[in-house]
Amino acid sequence: MSRSFTPKVVTANDLRLGDVVYLKADDQWTRLHTEAELIDDEAHAQMRLLHGAAQKLLVVGAYLADAKLGPNGPEPTHFREEFRTRGPSNYAHGKQADLSNV
Amino acid sequence: MYNYSDFDEAFVRARVAQFTQQVERRLDGSLTEEEFRPLRLMNGLYLQLHAYMLRIAIPYGTLNPNQMRQLAHIATTWDKGYGHFTTRQNIQFNWPLLTDVPAILGALADVEMHAIQTSGNCVRNVTADHFAGAAADEVEDPRPYAELLRQWSTDHPEFQFLPRKFKIAITGSPNDRAVTRAHDIGLRMHRNDKGEPGFEVMVGGGLGRTPMIGHTVRDFLPVADLLPYTEAVLSVYNTLGRRDNKYKARIKITVHETGAAEMTRLIEARFAELRPLFGGNDQVLLDYIRAAFAPPSFRNAPVDGYDAFYKADPSFRAWADTNLATHRHDQYAIVTISVKAHGETPGDATADQMRVMADLAEKFGHSDLRISHEQNVILPHVHKSDLPAVHAALVQAGLGTANVGLISDIIACPGMDYCALATARSIPVAQKIALRFEELQLEHDVGPLKIKISGCINACGHHHVGHIGILGLDRAGVENYQITLGGDGTETAVIGDKTGPGFAYDEIVPAIERLVRAYLELRSEASETFLQTYRRLGLEPFKAALYVAEGEQDAA
Repeated sequence: MSRSFTPKVVTANDLRLGDVVYLKADDQWTRLHTEAELIDDEAHAQMRLLHGAAQKLLVVGAYLADAKLGPNGPEPTHFREEFRTRGPSNYAHGKQADLSNV
Repeated sequence: MYNYSDFDEAFVRARVAQFTQQVERRLDGSLTEEEFRPLRLMNGLYLQLHAYMLRIAIPYGTLNPNQMRQLAHIATTWDKGYGHFTTRQNIQFNWPLLTDVPAILGALADVEMHAIQTSGNCVRNVTADHFAGAAADEVEDPRPYAELLRQWSTDHPEFQFLPRKFKIAITGSPNDRAVTRAHDIGLRMHRNDKGEPGFEVMVGGGLGRTPMIGHTVRDFLPVADLLPYTEAVLSVYNTLGRRDNKYKARIKITVHETGAAEMTRLIEARFAELRPLFGGNDQVLLDYIRAAFAPPSFRNAPVDGYDAFYKADPSFRAWADTNLATHRHDQYAIVTISVKAHGETPGDATADQMRVMADLAEKFGHSDLRISHEQNVILPHVHKSDLPAVHAALVQAGLGTANVGLISDIIACPGMDYCALATARSIPVAQKIALRFEELQLEHDVGPLKIKISGCINACGHHHVGHIGILGLDRAGVENYQITLGGDGTETAVIGDKTGPGFAYDEIVPAIERLVRAYLELRSEASETFLQTYRRLGLEPFKAALYVAEGEQDAA
C-alpha cells in the first residue's frame, strides 16, 4: 500500500544571512547537515516541517530534503543538497570556508 | 552619458527609503515572507542556494568610472570582494546579508544606480549593443532610445504586472551584437530609402524552454513612433498573454498561439489608437537625452607608436588581433577586456580589477565603460597610441587574456553553484573547457567559436544560440549535459540543433574536445569557421565524432 519512506531533514535559509540551515531534534537550527534531525516517519516529517516553517522570523523557505544516515550523522542524497552543505565549487566561499574550523 | 534628473534622483532615493522600511518590517514580523518576497524582488533581491543575491541594472551596459568604483566598494564592504557580470548587462553580488541591502541600495543611489525591475513580471533592464556609439558599422547610437525606453518603462503603472517578464534589446548596427532576435522585443536600426533612421521591430523571440526567433512585425518604424509602438506591443501582450500557465506566459507563446500575422494586425490597430495620444513630449525628452550621449571629443594624435609596438611585441599582437574591434574613428579602437582568464569564472571581476578598469577608462577611455552580454567589459574609445599602456596595465591585473571570440570566451550562467533554479553546474564546466584548450594550445588555431553554457532549461547562458551550446540537466539525480550545435545569436540568428543523448559531468569536456578536433579535420581551409563548417556539412559528421567513442565501447 504505502511505499517505504525516504528519510528526510527539514532545511531552510536563515532570514538575515541567507545561509542554509537545518532543523535539529531540539528545535534549534544548525548550519551543519550532520547535526540535523533525520526523520524516518512521514507524519513526523510533516509535523517537523510545519514547526520549522512557522519560525518566520528566523528562516525562509523551509522544505523537506531527502537524506540518509552516514558515519557522522545525516548526509544528503542528491547533489543539489550536497552543494548546499558546502557552498559553490568555483571559490572556497560559504560553509566550506566559514565552517572549516568547526 | 545620461545623468539623473532631479526626478530620477528623487524616485530612486524614495525607493531606497521604502525598501529600508520594508526590510525592517520583515525583520520585526509585520510583513510575512509571502508579503515581502514580491517587494524584495522588485528591488532585485533574490534568495539563492547559499545566500541572498542582489541583481543590479547596468542600463544598456553603460557605466562611468565612478560607478565601477562604487561597485568595487560594494564588493569589498558588503560582499566577498567580487561581482558577477551577467548576460543581461547586470551585475550580481552573490553574498549580501538582508540587513545590509538597504545600505547597498543607498550606495548605488549615490552613483545613479539601482536594482529596480531587475526581477518581476515587468520590463527588465533594456540591453544594447556594447559597442554603441563607437562601432564603425553603426547607423546610429541606440542608447538614447534605450534610455527613453528605460524612463518610460520604469514604474509604468500599466506594465508592472505583465503575464511574465519582458526583455527588450536594441542595436544600432546591421551586425547584431545584442541578440535582438532572441528578445521579447528586438529593435534593429537601419535606414529607409530616404535615408531616415528607423527600427525593424521583432517580437516574440526568446530562449528558455521553448526557444524561438522573433518575428518581424514592422520592417521600418520611424524613430518618433518608438514609444507608442512599444506600448502597443506590450498592451496587446498584457491583454492576450496567458496568466494560467507560467511556462506559456511569455510573448513568444502569445505570438505562436495567435499567429504572427494576427499579432501584427492587433499591434498595428492598438498603435493607431495610441499614436495620437503621444503629443510630442517624448520627442522633447529624446532630444534632451540625445545631448547626453554626444560623442567624446576624439583626440588627434599619431598612431605610429601603436604600429611599431604591434610589429615588435607578439603578446600585444595576439591580444590586439582578438580583443580589438574597429572604431568609427580610424585613430581609435574598441577594446574588449576579457573577464574570462583561463580557469576563472566567466564574468567575475574582483574589486581590484574593477578599480583598474575604472582607472583605465578615466585615463585612456573618455571615462566610458560597457558590459557586454558576453560577460566582458569594454573600453569603447581608446586612442591607438594608448593601447600598449592599456594592455600592460590589463596584463598586470589579470585582465590581459587574448581570447575574445575564441573557445575560452565562454558564456556561463551561475548554474548550481549559486542559482536556486539550476539543475546542474555550469561554471566548472566552463573553467575546465578553457583550461583544457589552453593546455592544448589550440584555441587560436580553432579561431572564432562561441560556447555558451546554461545550468537549466531557462537558458540564461544562451546555450541555444551558441555555436556549441551546453545545457546542464538533472537526469535521475546526476548532472548530465546536452549539446546543441550550430546556434547563432547574431543577425543570422538560429537555434542550435540537439545532437542526441547527454554527457556526464566528467565526460563533457572530452566530448567538446572531440567536436573541436572533428571541426579541425573537416574545415575546408583554416579561414572556414566552426559555424561555417557546420552550416556546410550539417549535424552528421559532428554527431559521428561526438558519439564515436560510445559506439566503440558498445561494440567492444
